[in-house]
Order: sequence, then structure tokens, then C-alpha cells
Amino acid sequence: MSTDTSPGPAPAKAPAPPSTRPVVQPGDRIFAGSATGAGILILVVLAGVAAFLLIEAAPAFVAPAADIPGGNGIVAYIWPLVFGTLLAAVIALLIATPLAVCVALFITHFAPRRIAQPLGYLIDLLAAVPSIVYGLWGVAVLAPASVELMTWLQDYLGWIPLFAGPVSATGRTMLVVGVTLAVMILPIITAVSREVFLQTPKLHEEAALALGATRWEMIKMAVLPFGRSGIISGAMLGLGRALGETMAVAIILSVSGAVTFNLISSGNPSTIAANIALQFPESTGIEVNTLIASGLVLFLITLAVNSLARFIINRRREFSGAN
Amino acid sequence: MGKAIEAIDLDIYYGSFLAVQGVNMTIRPKTVTALIGPSGCGKSTYLRSINRMHEVIPGARVEGSIELDGTDLYGAGVDPVGVRRQIGMVFQRPNPFPTMSIYDNVIAGQRLNNKRMRKDATDDLVERSLRGANLWNEVKDRLEKPGSGLSGGQQQRLCIARAIAVQPDVLLMDEPCSALDPISTLAIEDLINELKMDYTIVIVTHNMQQAARVSDYTGFFNIEGTGKPGKLVEMDETKKIFSQPTQKATEDYVSGRFG
Repeated sequence: MSTDTSPGPAPAKAPAPPSTRPVVQPGDRIFAGSATGAGILILVVLAGVAAFLLIEAAPAFVAPAADIPGGNGIVAYIWPLVFGTLLAAVIALLIATPLAVCVALFITHFAPRRIAQPLGYLIDLLAAVPSIVYGLWGVAVLAPASVELMTWLQDYLGWIPLFAGPVSATGRTMLVVGVTLAVMILPIITAVSREVFLQTPKLHEEAALALGATRWEMIKMAVLPFGRSGIISGAMLGLGRALGETMAVAIILSVSGAVTFNLISSGNPSTIAANIALQFPESTGIEVNTLIASGLVLFLITLAVNSLARFIINRRREFSGAN
Repeated sequence: MGKAIEAIDLDIYYGSFLAVQGVNMTIRPKTVTALIGPSGCGKSTYLRSINRMHEVIPGARVEGSIELDGTDLYGAGVDPVGVRRQIGMVFQRPNPFPTMSIYDNVIAGQRLNNKRMRKDATDDLVERSLRGANLWNEVKDRLEKPGSGLSGGQQQRLCIARAIAVQPDVLLMDEPCSALDPISTLAIEDLINELKMDYTIVIVTHNMQQAARVSDYTGFFNIEGTGKPGKLVEMDETKKIFSQPTQKATEDYVSGRFG
């Protein structure tokens, strides 16, 4: 290209050859550095937690079965807790997700604007209520009030194993825990869903309406498919909170350690988090290791749930509308 | 298919703001009518009032009437959803449903009518509509792929296929080529020429050459100033509007001496 082919050394006074490094402003460098630092920090913290769980849990996995609380080994100890954790969280999710989607749709597409806005703030406020308050409400109000309903369920739907009974006299059952957790995770799922529904492109809503869709059909055609990944993310956030919820479950649930789908009796499996909270103060030695091992299992469950959600969202990425 | 539209003393409001005033317009069946005029003159608003899409905006309403072959679209007990099934619409920016495949996009309207169709009948409808929109040869091998993966011009033709799949009487087009390159624009214009055999077409355009190329009749909308309502200044055969309009404002606009 250039005609400058002069051989030999450059003249003595020539300026230094231009640096091959791109010009970077100090502000850019600081920002890039701090962002990278924050990214690394989160990984270090996560690795630290995982390492702590693994190291502290290890003795419980290698200890003889008789030393583990209960005397039947680590699997027999943790399994009912895993079952209880999943059962409570799934009940909560099954109740909360459809309700949250409906509330979010009401706020974004049906309510008049002067109602929608305060309602949105109210939902956000609900998310800020500490879980212990929900727990107190569950045990003091919901549990006694639900005994009658649970008796009805046993009388008329008792043939379904879920409602086999006998009904707990105090109402401190798995069903009440599930409902309390549902109320607790409702705001977060609603808030996330509402945000995505609001972002549905007007263009797609109008496309559906112009084809002669009713409002509900428009929502089915344009809003829900667009918001699908958002609903899943919201549900997973809620599930994460339900899985890890400690105080509300510890206060409400009457525990026997039985593995049962019977939701309305007084014999229930505990959950991992509640069990740790209740047992930890009186535990020593291998008992502590066992509790931490159950914590490790909870950690893995949460990890698996999040990966599954990510997988579901990615599977239809092509159709997400992001391109 | 292909019905006449008659607007009678039509006023269109957004809340208390009068956006378009006193439109009287007769649109003949199976013709192409172009609506031209400066931005903000109300031609899109008028177009959207023909299939009652402007009502989607809170507070929007009309006074007067629009008749489709003698039936008042704003009569008591007329469901806007039913109106929109008879009068299809193509928008300024292509808007295929991103979550649906090309195939599902075409039959989206048909699905709404809750008609249970056999698979071969649906296949047939999809092919017929895509052929009608001159898109079949380009997409026949990837019907199950998302519609959003097509080029802009192809997406717009997909939207036209989706609109004609429900066999409407009228097709409204709101600046359908404004987001497209010249080649895609030409493809859409050719398509409009074919579609007028079956449908009454009303098209809003900012491009006067386009209006001259595709339309049989042209309506010129104008606005006196900001905050004033838009009005239909003149409507006539396209070649008359472009050669010897009766109004000074029309002549200024089509000859580029606007303002």
C-alpha cells in the first residue's frame, strides 16, 4: 500500500513508534476493573460456601450409620427432610404461580390505571414483609381457621390420599405451610411477571387484536408467550425462597418425620431449613455435620432447580422474540 | 369478498381532542385507495377507525358512522372483534408473532375462530395464503421455523398472508413499506396489484410515487396547524389528484411545494 519503503534506521529525532495498545480512558479501566472484581468476588463467595458445606458435611457421609441421629444412617435422616422441603415448596408454587400470573395480568391489562398503580406498589410492599411475620400469621390465624376447611376436605375428598386425614386439631399441617409459603412468594412472582407483561411489544398486541382477537385471546397469543420466560424466572425465584424458608415453617409445622403425601394430618415431614434451625442449637459433633450435610443437599436442590429453569427458557430461545 | 366502505360525517376524538373532522369518503369495492398527507394529519387515525383499532387507545372514540356494504360498523351491538375479523390490517412495522412458527403465524387468525380444521385443510390454507402473499416459494421448506427469522420484506409479506388467511372483505395497510428496502417495497406493491382482484384495499403512504403506482383512488388529508383537526381535503381518481387536483393545497403537496 504505502510507498514508504526507505530502508535503514529511522532518523534519530523520529517520534516513538505508535503503541499497538488501544487507547483506554482511566474511567473505562476503573469501571472494567471493578466490574470484573465484583464478578470474581461472587464466584469466590460461592466457591467458599460450597467448600465449607463439602468439608463440614464429609464426616457425616463417612460416619457409621448408628452415629447419625435417628440411628439409621445419613440417607434415612435426610430423605424425609428432602421430601418435606419439596412437598411444601411445590404446594406453594402450584398455588402461587397461577394466582400471581392472574394478578399481574389484571394489573397490566385489565385494571384502570388509577387502580393498577397503587395495587402494584401494594404487591411490592408485600414482598418486603419479613417471613417471621408470615409465620406468626400462619400459626395464629390461618392454622386455626383452616381446621374446618380441612375437615370438609377429609369428609368429601378423603378418597384422595392428599386429604386422607385424620385432621390435625391445631391445623399446623403441611397444607397450611404450603398456603403460607404461597402467600409469601406471591409478591415476587407477581412483580417479575408484571414487569415482563408490561414489556410486551404493543406491535404484537395490536397484531392479535387486528386479527379479531378478544382481550383474553390477545393475552394468550401475544402476552403470555412473550412473558413465558419471565413467568418461569419469577416462579424459580419464588421456589428458591420457598425451598429455603426457615422460620415460617419452623413455627407452623407439627413434625413427626413421616414421609407422607397426607397434607392435613398432624404427622408431617419437616423441611431441611426448618430442621436445621430447630436442631442446630442443641447439636454437637457428628450431629452438626449431619445438619450441614442436609444443608448441602438443599444447596444442590436449589442449583438443580435453577439449571432446570434455565434449560426450559433456553429450549425455545429461537422463538423468544429476542432476535 | 371485497366490500364497499362509506364514511359519513366522521369525527374522531382522542379524549376531548378532535383529531380528524368531518370525513365523508366512499371507497369502492375491489379498488386500491391511497391516503396521503403530511405527518399528523390524521390519515392513520382514520385508517385505524375503519376496523375500530383506534379504540385500543384509552379515550379514543368516533362520532358519525362508517358503513361496510351498508352495515354501520359503529352501530349498537356491533362487536369490534367481529369488525376486525372482516377488516384485516397490515402495520407499519412487520409484526409476526415471535413465539410462533411461520406456519402458526399464518393460521393464527383461523385458530381464533375456533374452527376445528383437519390437518390437510390447514396445510392447504397455509399454502394458499402464502402463495397469495408471494411468499410460498421462499419459505415452503422452513414453515416450522420462527417468523422473526425472515427478512423485513418477507416478514411483511408473512403479515399479509396472516391477514388474508381469514378471508377478510377489506385489507387496511398502514405505511406497509416504510420499513422496507426498495426491492421488498416493489414485491409488496406487485402483491397489492394482485390482491385488489379479491379485496378492497386502503393504504396509507408517505411515498407519493407509491400512491401513484398502486392506487386507483387517492384521498388527500391535511391539517391547518398543530392542535387543529385533520380533514379530508380532496378525494378523486389517482391520476386526477396527481395531474389536475381541484384544491390548491393538494396541488402544493403532490408537486412538493408543500408548506
